[in-house]
Amino acid sequence: MHVPDGFFDATTSIGTGVASAGAIAVGLRRSADELSDRLAPMAGLVAAFIFALQLLNFPVASGTSGHLLGGALAAVLVGPWVGLVCVSIVLLVQALVFADGGLTAYGLNVILVAIVPAFVGYGVYRLVRALLPANRRAVVAGSAVGAFVSVPVAAAVFAVLFAVGGSIDLEFSSVLTAMVGTHLLIGIGEAAITAAIVSAVVTTRPDLVHGARDLAVDLELRTGTGATVLEAS
Amino acid sequence: MAGAHASSLLVPGDSRLHRLRPQCKIAAAVAFIFIVVATPREQFWAFGAYVAGLVLITGISGLPPRLVLRRLTVDLPFLAFALFLPFFAGGEQVGDGWWSLSIDGLWASWNIVAKGTLGVATSVLLTGTTSLADLIRGMERLHAPAAFTAITTFMVRYAEVITGEMQRMKVARESRGHDPRWLWQIRAIAHTAGTLFVRSYERGERVHLAMLSRGFDGAMPRMVEGGAPRSDWTTAAILPATALAVSLAAWMVHT
Repeated sequence: MHVPDGFFDATTSIGTGVASAGAIAVGLRRSADELSDRLAPMAGLVAAFIFALQLLNFPVASGTSGHLLGGALAAVLVGPWVGLVCVSIVLLVQALVFADGGLTAYGLNVILVAIVPAFVGYGVYRLVRALLPANRRAVVAGSAVGAFVSVPVAAAVFAVLFAVGGSIDLEFSSVLTAMVGTHLLIGIGEAAITAAIVSAVVTTRPDLVHGARDLAVDLELRTGTGATVLEAS
Repeated sequence: MAGAHASSLLVPGDSRLHRLRPQCKIAAAVAFIFIVVATPREQFWAFGAYVAGLVLITGISGLPPRLVLRRLTVDLPFLAFALFLPFFAGGEQVGDGWWSLSIDGLWASWNIVAKGTLGVATSVLLTGTTSLADLIRGMERLHAPAAFTAITTFMVRYAEVITGEMQRMKVARESRGHDPRWLWQIRAIAHTAGTLFVRSYERGERVHLAMLSRGFDGAMPRMVEGGAPRSDWTTAAILPATALAVSLAAWMVHT
Protein backbone atom coordinates (compact mmCIF):
# COMPACT_ATOMS: atom_id res chain seq x y z
CA MET A 1 0.00 0.00 0.00
CA HIS A 2 1.52 3.27 -1.06
CA VAL A 3 0.88 7.00 -0.83
CA PRO A 4 -2.04 8.00 -3.11
CA ASP A 5 -2.69 11.30 -4.93
CA GLY A 6 -3.82 14.19 -2.76
CA PHE A 7 -1.58 13.57 0.28
CA PHE A 8 1.05 16.02 -0.90
CA ASP A 9 0.84 19.34 -2.71
CA ALA A 10 1.86 19.65 -6.37
CA THR A 11 5.23 21.30 -5.63
CA THR A 12 6.36 18.45 -3.38
CA SER A 13 5.07 15.88 -5.88
CA ILE A 14 7.09 17.44 -8.69
CA GLY A 15 10.17 17.93 -6.49
CA THR A 16 10.22 14.33 -5.30
CA GLY A 17 9.48 13.18 -8.85
CA VAL A 18 12.55 14.98 -10.21
CA ALA A 19 14.74 13.68 -7.37
CA SER A 20 13.55 10.11 -7.95
CA ALA A 21 14.04 10.33 -11.70
CA GLY A 22 17.63 11.42 -11.07
CA ALA A 23 18.25 8.56 -8.65
CA ILE A 24 16.73 6.01 -11.05
CA ALA A 25 18.87 7.36 -13.91
CA VAL A 26 22.05 6.96 -11.83
CA GLY A 27 20.83 3.55 -10.68
CA LEU A 28 20.29 2.43 -14.28
CA ARG A 29 23.80 3.52 -15.25
CA ARG A 30 25.41 1.81 -12.26
CA SER A 31 23.35 -1.34 -12.87
CA ALA A 32 24.39 -1.38 -16.53
CA ASP A 33 28.05 -1.16 -15.47
CA GLU A 34 27.52 -4.13 -13.21
CA LEU A 35 25.37 -6.39 -15.40
CA SER A 36 26.30 -5.09 -18.91
CA ASP A 37 24.12 -6.79 -21.53
CA ARG A 38 22.52 -9.02 -18.89
CA LEU A 39 20.81 -5.96 -17.39
CA ALA A 40 17.34 -6.24 -18.96
CA PRO A 41 16.65 -9.94 -18.32
CA MET A 42 18.37 -10.10 -14.91
CA ALA A 43 16.89 -6.92 -13.45
CA GLY A 44 13.54 -7.78 -15.05
CA LEU A 45 13.43 -11.18 -13.40
CA VAL A 46 14.54 -9.75 -10.04
CA ALA A 47 11.76 -7.15 -10.32
CA ALA A 48 9.26 -9.92 -11.10
CA PHE A 49 10.54 -11.74 -8.00
CA ILE A 50 10.00 -8.68 -5.80
CA PHE A 51 6.53 -8.24 -7.30
CA ALA A 52 5.65 -11.86 -6.48
CA LEU A 53 7.23 -11.60 -3.02
CA GLN A 54 4.89 -8.77 -2.06
CA LEU A 55 1.97 -11.10 -2.73
CA LEU A 56 3.42 -13.69 -0.34
CA ASN A 57 1.79 -13.54 3.08
CA PHE A 58 3.87 -14.15 6.16
CA PRO A 59 2.22 -15.08 9.45
CA VAL A 60 2.66 -12.38 12.09
CA ALA A 61 0.59 -13.17 15.16
CA SER A 62 -2.33 -15.43 15.87
CA GLY A 63 -3.20 -16.00 12.24
CA THR A 64 -2.86 -12.41 11.01
CA SER A 65 -0.38 -11.89 8.21
CA GLY A 66 1.60 -9.19 6.49
CA HIS A 67 3.86 -8.88 3.51
CA LEU A 68 7.43 -7.78 3.02
CA LEU A 69 8.36 -4.30 1.76
CA GLY A 70 11.54 -5.80 0.34
CA GLY A 71 13.70 -2.73 -0.26
CA ALA A 72 16.49 -3.78 2.11
CA LEU A 73 16.23 -7.43 1.01
CA ALA A 74 16.68 -6.44 -2.65
CA ALA A 75 19.69 -4.28 -1.75
CA VAL A 76 21.43 -7.16 0.07
CA LEU A 77 20.57 -9.75 -2.59
CA VAL A 78 21.39 -7.80 -5.76
CA GLY A 79 23.15 -4.65 -4.56
CA PRO A 80 21.70 -1.20 -3.79
CA TRP A 81 21.65 0.13 -7.38
CA VAL A 82 20.01 -2.84 -9.09
CA GLY A 83 17.72 -3.16 -6.07
CA LEU A 84 16.68 0.49 -6.32
CA VAL A 85 15.89 0.16 -10.03
CA CYS A 86 13.91 -3.07 -9.55
CA VAL A 87 11.81 -1.78 -6.65
CA SER A 88 11.10 1.47 -8.58
CA ILE A 89 9.83 -0.55 -11.52
CA VAL A 90 7.64 -2.69 -9.28
CA LEU A 91 6.20 0.54 -7.84
CA LEU A 92 5.52 1.90 -11.32
CA VAL A 93 3.68 -1.22 -12.41
CA GLN A 94 1.67 -1.22 -9.17
CA ALA A 95 0.75 2.45 -9.71
CA LEU A 96 -0.14 1.99 -13.38
CA VAL A 97 -1.91 -1.33 -13.13
CA PHE A 98 -3.51 -1.49 -9.70
CA ALA A 99 -3.69 2.23 -9.00
CA ASP A 100 -1.79 1.32 -5.80
CA GLY A 101 0.03 4.58 -5.14
CA GLY A 102 -0.91 7.72 -7.04
CA LEU A 103 0.82 8.70 -10.27
CA THR A 104 1.64 12.14 -8.83
CA ALA A 105 2.96 10.45 -5.67
CA TYR A 106 5.23 8.11 -7.64
CA GLY A 107 8.39 10.08 -6.88
CA LEU A 108 7.53 10.13 -3.21
CA ASN A 109 6.86 6.39 -3.13
CA VAL A 110 10.17 5.73 -4.90
CA ILE A 111 11.99 7.73 -2.21
CA LEU A 112 10.23 5.96 0.67
CA VAL A 113 10.12 2.38 -0.64
CA ALA A 114 13.10 2.16 -3.02
CA ILE A 115 15.77 4.79 -2.32
CA VAL A 116 15.72 5.00 1.49
CA PRO A 117 15.64 1.21 2.09
CA ALA A 118 18.30 0.63 -0.57
CA PHE A 119 20.77 3.07 0.93
CA VAL A 120 19.91 3.08 4.62
CA GLY A 121 19.36 -0.68 4.62
CA TYR A 122 22.52 -1.42 2.65
CA GLY A 123 24.58 1.15 4.57
CA VAL A 124 23.62 -0.36 7.91
CA TYR A 125 24.21 -3.84 6.48
CA ARG A 126 27.78 -2.87 5.49
CA LEU A 127 28.36 -1.30 8.91
CA VAL A 128 27.27 -4.45 10.74
CA ARG A 129 29.36 -6.60 8.41
CA ALA A 130 32.40 -4.43 9.17
CA LEU A 131 31.92 -4.92 12.91
CA LEU A 132 31.32 -8.67 12.85
CA PRO A 133 33.60 -11.48 11.68
CA ALA A 134 33.38 -12.32 7.97
CA ASN A 135 30.99 -15.27 7.92
CA ARG A 136 27.47 -16.18 6.87
CA ARG A 137 25.99 -15.47 10.26
CA ALA A 138 27.15 -11.86 9.98
CA VAL A 139 25.44 -11.62 6.57
CA VAL A 140 22.14 -12.69 8.13
CA ALA A 141 22.58 -10.43 11.17
CA GLY A 142 23.54 -7.48 8.97
CA SER A 143 20.52 -7.84 6.71
CA ALA A 144 18.23 -8.11 9.75
CA VAL A 145 19.57 -4.92 11.29
CA GLY A 146 19.59 -3.16 7.91
CA ALA A 147 15.98 -4.11 7.22
CA PHE A 148 14.92 -3.12 10.73
CA VAL A 149 16.53 0.32 10.60
CA SER A 150 15.34 1.10 7.06
CA VAL A 151 11.63 0.94 7.94
CA PRO A 152 11.42 3.58 10.73
CA VAL A 153 13.90 5.77 8.81
CA ALA A 154 11.55 5.71 5.80
CA ALA A 155 8.70 6.59 8.18
CA ALA A 156 10.72 9.51 9.53
CA VAL A 157 11.46 10.71 5.98
CA PHE A 158 7.72 10.56 5.30
CA ALA A 159 7.06 12.68 8.40
CA VAL A 160 9.64 15.28 7.31
CA LEU A 161 8.26 15.46 3.76
CA PHE A 162 4.72 15.63 5.16
CA ALA A 163 5.71 18.63 7.27
CA VAL A 164 7.15 20.31 4.16
CA GLY A 165 4.43 19.57 1.64
CA GLY A 166 1.63 17.60 3.26
CA SER A 167 -1.95 18.52 2.52
CA ILE A 168 -2.72 19.04 6.21
CA ASP A 169 -1.10 20.92 9.04
CA LEU A 170 -0.52 18.20 11.61
CA GLU A 171 2.01 18.84 14.32
CA PHE A 172 5.38 17.54 13.07
CA SER A 173 6.39 15.88 16.33
CA SER A 174 3.12 13.94 16.64
CA VAL A 175 3.28 12.71 13.02
CA LEU A 176 6.88 11.70 13.60
CA THR A 177 6.10 9.86 16.83
CA ALA A 178 3.08 8.06 15.38
CA MET A 179 4.81 7.08 12.13
CA VAL A 180 8.11 5.98 13.66
CA GLY A 181 6.32 4.24 16.54
CA THR A 182 4.13 2.02 14.38
CA HIS A 183 6.95 1.41 11.92
CA LEU A 184 9.27 0.19 14.65
CA LEU A 185 6.87 -2.75 14.98
CA ILE A 186 6.64 -3.23 11.21
CA GLY A 187 10.45 -3.06 11.14
CA ILE A 188 10.69 -6.04 13.49
CA GLY A 189 8.61 -8.13 11.08
CA GLU A 190 10.60 -6.85 8.12
CA ALA A 191 13.86 -7.74 9.90
CA ALA A 192 12.72 -11.27 10.77
CA ILE A 193 11.48 -12.05 7.26
CA THR A 194 14.48 -10.46 5.52
CA ALA A 195 16.92 -12.36 7.74
CA ALA A 196 15.10 -15.64 7.18
CA ILE A 197 15.12 -15.20 3.39
CA VAL A 198 18.77 -14.10 3.24
CA SER A 199 19.67 -17.04 5.46
CA ALA A 200 17.88 -19.42 3.09
CA VAL A 201 19.65 -18.03 0.01
CA VAL A 202 23.07 -17.75 1.62
CA THR A 203 22.86 -21.40 2.67
CA THR A 204 22.03 -22.73 -0.80
CA ARG A 205 23.63 -20.24 -3.19
CA PRO A 206 25.94 -17.86 -1.31
CA ASP A 207 27.48 -16.80 -4.62
CA LEU A 208 24.17 -15.15 -5.64
CA VAL A 209 24.02 -12.85 -2.61
CA HIS A 210 25.55 -9.54 -3.70
CA GLY A 211 26.30 -8.49 -0.13
CA ALA A 212 28.16 -11.76 0.58
CA ARG A 213 30.46 -11.80 -2.45
CA ASP A 214 33.48 -11.23 -0.26
CA LEU A 215 32.79 -14.64 1.32
CA ALA A 216 32.99 -16.50 -1.98
CA VAL A 217 35.56 -19.29 -1.90
CA ASP A 218 37.83 -19.90 -4.85
CA LEU A 219 37.30 -23.17 -6.67
CA GLU A 220 39.92 -25.78 -5.88
CA LEU A 221 41.04 -28.59 -8.12
CA ARG A 222 41.78 -31.53 -5.83
CA THR A 223 43.84 -34.35 -7.21
CA GLY A 224 45.85 -37.13 -5.66
CA THR A 225 48.90 -34.91 -5.50
CA GLY A 226 47.27 -31.95 -3.78
CA ALA A 227 44.94 -28.99 -4.35
CA THR A 228 45.34 -26.16 -6.86
CA VAL A 229 43.26 -23.00 -6.57
CA LEU A 230 41.56 -22.30 -9.86
CA GLU A 231 41.37 -18.74 -11.08
CA ALA A 232 38.56 -16.86 -9.34
CA SER A 233 35.55 -16.48 -11.59
CA MET B 1 -5.91 -8.44 -6.12
CA ALA B 2 -5.58 -10.15 -9.49
CA GLY B 3 -1.83 -10.05 -8.99
CA ALA B 4 -0.67 -12.47 -11.61
CA HIS B 5 -2.83 -11.29 -14.43
CA ALA B 6 -1.18 -7.96 -14.80
CA SER B 7 -2.27 -7.55 -18.40
CA SER B 8 -5.91 -8.52 -17.99
CA LEU B 9 -7.10 -5.12 -16.76
CA LEU B 10 -7.61 -4.13 -20.38
CA VAL B 11 -11.23 -4.33 -21.40
CA PRO B 12 -11.03 -4.96 -25.13
CA GLY B 13 -12.89 -2.43 -27.19
CA ASP B 14 -12.68 -0.13 -30.14
CA SER B 15 -13.68 3.21 -28.67
CA ARG B 16 -11.95 6.50 -29.49
CA LEU B 17 -10.22 6.14 -26.14
CA HIS B 18 -8.95 2.64 -26.95
CA ARG B 19 -7.58 3.79 -30.30
CA LEU B 20 -5.78 6.85 -28.93
CA ARG B 21 -1.99 6.36 -28.98
CA PRO B 22 -0.75 5.30 -25.51
CA GLN B 23 1.78 8.14 -25.18
CA CYS B 24 -1.03 10.70 -25.61
CA LYS B 25 -3.19 8.94 -23.03
CA ILE B 26 -0.37 8.69 -20.46
CA ALA B 27 0.60 12.35 -20.89
CA ALA B 28 -3.04 13.45 -20.63
CA ALA B 29 -3.69 11.30 -17.53
CA VAL B 30 -0.59 12.51 -15.67
CA ALA B 31 -1.26 16.17 -16.58
CA PHE B 32 -4.89 15.82 -15.48
CA ILE B 33 -4.01 14.34 -12.08
CA PHE B 34 -1.42 17.05 -11.44
CA ILE B 35 -3.99 19.74 -12.24
CA VAL B 36 -6.50 18.06 -9.90
CA VAL B 37 -3.93 17.90 -7.09
CA ALA B 38 -3.10 21.59 -7.59
CA THR B 39 -6.76 22.70 -7.40
CA PRO B 40 -7.78 24.58 -4.20
CA ARG B 41 -9.83 22.18 -2.10
CA GLU B 42 -12.39 24.79 -1.04
CA GLN B 43 -13.87 25.02 -4.56
CA PHE B 44 -16.23 22.06 -4.53
CA TRP B 45 -17.70 22.87 -7.95
CA ALA B 46 -14.30 22.35 -9.60
CA PHE B 47 -14.18 18.77 -8.35
CA GLY B 48 -17.74 18.29 -9.57
CA ALA B 49 -16.55 19.41 -13.00
CA TYR B 50 -13.65 16.91 -12.90
CA VAL B 51 -16.02 14.09 -11.97
CA ALA B 52 -18.33 15.11 -14.83
CA GLY B 53 -15.37 15.00 -17.22
CA LEU B 54 -14.35 11.51 -16.10
CA VAL B 55 -17.95 10.27 -16.28
CA LEU B 56 -18.13 11.60 -19.85
CA ILE B 57 -14.88 9.81 -20.73
CA THR B 58 -16.14 6.59 -19.14
CA GLY B 59 -19.14 6.89 -21.46
CA ILE B 60 -16.90 7.36 -24.50
CA SER B 61 -14.62 4.47 -23.47
CA GLY B 62 -17.51 2.02 -23.34
CA LEU B 63 -16.16 0.56 -20.07
CA PRO B 64 -19.02 -0.86 -17.98
CA PRO B 65 -19.68 1.72 -15.20
CA ARG B 66 -20.03 -1.06 -12.62
CA LEU B 67 -16.56 -2.35 -13.45
CA VAL B 68 -15.11 1.14 -13.11
CA LEU B 69 -16.81 1.55 -9.73
CA ARG B 70 -15.58 -1.84 -8.56
CA ARG B 71 -12.00 -1.01 -9.50
CA LEU B 72 -12.31 2.27 -7.61
CA THR B 73 -12.45 0.25 -4.39
CA VAL B 74 -8.61 -0.02 -4.27
CA ASP B 75 -8.99 3.45 -2.84
CA LEU B 76 -10.91 2.27 0.24
CA PRO B 77 -7.99 1.84 2.70
CA PHE B 78 -7.05 5.48 2.14
CA LEU B 79 -10.60 6.62 2.63
CA ALA B 80 -10.53 4.83 5.98
CA PHE B 81 -7.30 6.64 6.86
CA ALA B 82 -8.72 9.97 5.71
CA LEU B 83 -11.81 9.52 7.87
CA PHE B 84 -9.60 9.33 10.96
CA LEU B 85 -7.94 12.68 10.35
CA PRO B 86 -10.71 14.93 11.72
CA PHE B 87 -10.46 13.15 15.08
CA PHE B 88 -6.73 13.67 15.51
CA ALA B 89 -5.81 16.90 13.77
CA GLY B 90 -5.37 20.02 15.87
CA GLY B 91 -6.53 23.57 15.29
CA GLU B 92 -10.04 24.91 15.57
CA GLN B 93 -12.64 22.30 16.53
CA VAL B 94 -16.34 21.89 15.96
CA GLY B 95 -18.65 19.88 18.17
CA ASP B 96 -19.74 19.93 21.79
CA GLY B 97 -18.67 18.45 25.10
CA TRP B 98 -17.59 14.92 24.45
CA TRP B 99 -17.06 14.89 20.71
CA SER B 100 -15.13 17.30 18.56
CA LEU B 101 -13.83 17.31 15.01
CA SER B 102 -10.95 19.39 13.75
CA ILE B 103 -11.94 21.76 10.96
CA ASP B 104 -8.46 21.43 9.44
CA GLY B 105 -8.82 17.67 9.67
CA LEU B 106 -12.17 17.71 7.88
CA TRP B 107 -10.68 19.76 5.05
CA ALA B 108 -7.68 17.45 4.80
CA SER B 109 -9.95 14.43 4.84
CA TRP B 110 -12.05 15.82 1.99
CA ASN B 111 -8.90 16.81 0.12
CA ILE B 112 -7.45 13.27 0.24
CA VAL B 113 -10.76 11.57 -0.55
CA ALA B 114 -11.50 13.82 -3.52
CA LYS B 115 -8.05 13.98 -5.09
CA GLY B 116 -7.13 10.37 -4.31
CA THR B 117 -10.35 9.05 -5.81
CA LEU B 118 -10.01 11.20 -8.94
CA GLY B 119 -6.45 9.91 -9.32
CA VAL B 120 -7.54 6.29 -9.02
CA ALA B 121 -10.44 6.87 -11.43
CA THR B 122 -8.06 8.31 -14.01
CA SER B 123 -5.73 5.30 -13.66
CA VAL B 124 -8.68 2.93 -13.97
CA LEU B 125 -9.73 4.59 -17.24
CA LEU B 126 -6.14 4.54 -18.54
CA THR B 127 -5.49 0.88 -17.73
CA GLY B 128 -8.97 -0.22 -18.76
CA THR B 129 -8.41 1.02 -22.30
CA THR B 130 -4.65 0.42 -22.75
CA SER B 131 -2.78 -2.88 -22.64
CA LEU B 132 0.32 -3.11 -20.50
CA ALA B 133 2.49 -3.57 -23.60
CA ASP B 134 1.05 -0.36 -25.03
CA LEU B 135 1.63 1.49 -21.77
CA ILE B 136 5.31 0.51 -21.90
CA ARG B 137 5.51 1.49 -25.57
CA GLY B 138 3.93 4.82 -24.66
CA MET B 139 6.52 5.40 -21.94
CA GLU B 140 9.22 4.66 -24.50
CA ARG B 141 7.74 7.26 -26.87
CA LEU B 142 7.71 9.71 -23.96
CA HIS B 143 11.51 9.25 -23.70
CA ALA B 144 11.71 6.98 -20.68
CA PRO B 145 15.26 5.50 -20.71
CA ALA B 146 15.49 2.43 -22.96
CA ALA B 147 16.95 0.32 -20.15
CA PHE B 148 14.04 1.26 -17.92
CA THR B 149 11.37 0.19 -20.40
CA ALA B 150 13.32 -2.97 -21.28
CA ILE B 151 13.47 -4.05 -17.61
CA THR B 152 9.78 -3.20 -17.19
CA THR B 153 8.94 -5.34 -20.23
CA PHE B 154 10.76 -8.33 -18.77
CA MET B 155 9.22 -7.77 -15.37
CA VAL B 156 5.70 -7.68 -16.76
CA ARG B 157 6.34 -10.67 -19.02
CA TYR B 158 7.67 -12.85 -16.19
CA ALA B 159 5.47 -11.58 -13.33
CA GLU B 160 2.90 -14.26 -14.11
CA VAL B 161 5.55 -16.98 -14.42
CA ILE B 162 7.12 -16.13 -11.07
CA THR B 163 3.82 -15.69 -9.21
CA GLY B 164 2.67 -18.99 -10.72
CA GLU B 165 5.82 -20.66 -9.43
CA MET B 166 5.19 -19.17 -6.01
CA GLN B 167 1.61 -20.38 -6.08
CA ARG B 168 2.75 -23.94 -6.83
CA MET B 169 5.19 -23.85 -3.91
CA LYS B 170 2.34 -22.63 -1.71
CA VAL B 171 0.16 -25.55 -2.80
CA ALA B 172 3.06 -27.90 -2.10
CA ARG B 173 3.51 -26.47 1.40
CA GLU B 174 -0.15 -26.52 2.26
CA SER B 175 -0.71 -30.03 0.96
CA ARG B 176 1.87 -31.08 3.54
CA GLY B 177 -0.15 -29.54 6.31
CA HIS B 178 1.65 -26.19 6.55
CA ASP B 179 -0.44 -23.61 8.41
CA PRO B 180 1.79 -21.16 10.29
CA ARG B 181 0.20 -18.60 12.60
CA TRP B 182 3.09 -16.81 14.29
CA LEU B 183 6.12 -14.83 13.18
CA TRP B 184 8.56 -17.44 14.55
CA GLN B 185 7.08 -20.05 12.23
CA ILE B 186 8.22 -18.30 9.05
CA ARG B 187 11.09 -20.65 8.24
CA ALA B 188 9.28 -22.63 5.56
CA ILE B 189 7.86 -19.54 3.86
CA ALA B 190 11.26 -17.85 4.02
CA HIS B 191 12.75 -20.89 2.32
CA THR B 192 10.05 -20.58 -0.34
CA ALA B 193 11.01 -16.96 -0.90
CA GLY B 194 14.71 -17.80 -0.95
CA THR B 195 14.19 -20.60 -3.44
CA LEU B 196 12.00 -18.32 -5.51
CA PHE B 197 14.84 -15.77 -5.64
CA VAL B 198 17.39 -18.39 -6.70
CA ARG B 199 15.02 -19.75 -9.37
CA SER B 200 14.19 -16.25 -10.66
CA TYR B 201 17.85 -15.33 -10.84
CA GLU B 202 18.76 -18.53 -12.65
CA ARG B 203 15.81 -18.06 -15.00
CA GLY B 204 17.18 -14.61 -15.77
CA GLU B 205 20.54 -16.15 -16.66
CA ARG B 206 18.85 -18.71 -18.93
CA VAL B 207 16.76 -16.01 -20.61
CA HIS B 208 19.94 -14.03 -21.23
CA LEU B 209 21.68 -17.05 -22.80
CA ALA B 210 18.62 -17.74 -24.95
CA MET B 211 18.69 -14.14 -26.11
CA LEU B 212 22.42 -14.37 -26.93
CA SER B 213 21.87 -17.53 -28.96
CA ARG B 214 19.28 -15.64 -31.00
CA GLY B 215 21.66 -12.82 -31.84
CA PHE B 216 21.13 -10.36 -28.96
CA ASP B 217 23.88 -7.75 -29.14
CA GLY B 218 23.20 -5.75 -26.00
CA ALA B 219 20.51 -3.41 -27.31
CA MET B 220 16.82 -4.21 -27.32
CA PRO B 221 15.20 -3.69 -30.72
CA ARG B 222 13.13 -0.53 -30.79
CA MET B 223 9.50 -0.88 -31.64
CA VAL B 224 9.09 0.42 -35.17
CA GLU B 225 6.16 2.75 -34.98
CA GLY B 226 5.87 6.37 -35.96
CA GLY B 227 4.89 9.14 -33.59
CA ALA B 228 1.29 9.86 -32.78
CA PRO B 229 -0.71 11.82 -35.34
CA ARG B 230 -1.50 15.39 -34.38
CA SER B 231 -5.21 14.58 -34.09
CA ASP B 232 -4.46 12.11 -31.26
CA TRP B 233 -2.57 14.77 -29.32
CA THR B 234 -5.32 17.35 -29.76
CA THR B 235 -8.00 14.84 -28.72
CA ALA B 236 -5.98 13.76 -25.67
CA ALA B 237 -5.35 17.39 -24.74
CA ILE B 238 -9.07 18.15 -24.35
CA LEU B 239 -9.30 16.71 -20.82
CA PRO B 240 -6.23 18.36 -19.27
CA ALA B 241 -6.89 21.63 -21.11
CA THR B 242 -10.45 21.80 -19.80
CA ALA B 243 -9.25 20.82 -16.33
CA LEU B 244 -6.60 23.54 -16.46
CA ALA B 245 -9.27 26.13 -17.32
CA VAL B 246 -11.43 24.86 -14.43
CA SER B 247 -8.47 24.93 -12.03
CA LEU B 248 -7.46 28.46 -13.04
CA ALA B 249 -11.04 29.63 -12.62
CA ALA B 250 -11.12 27.96 -9.20
CA TRP B 251 -7.94 29.80 -8.21
CA MET B 252 -9.38 33.12 -9.37
CA VAL B 253 -12.55 32.61 -7.35
CA HIS B 254 -10.45 31.38 -4.45
CA THR B 255 -8.26 34.46 -4.03
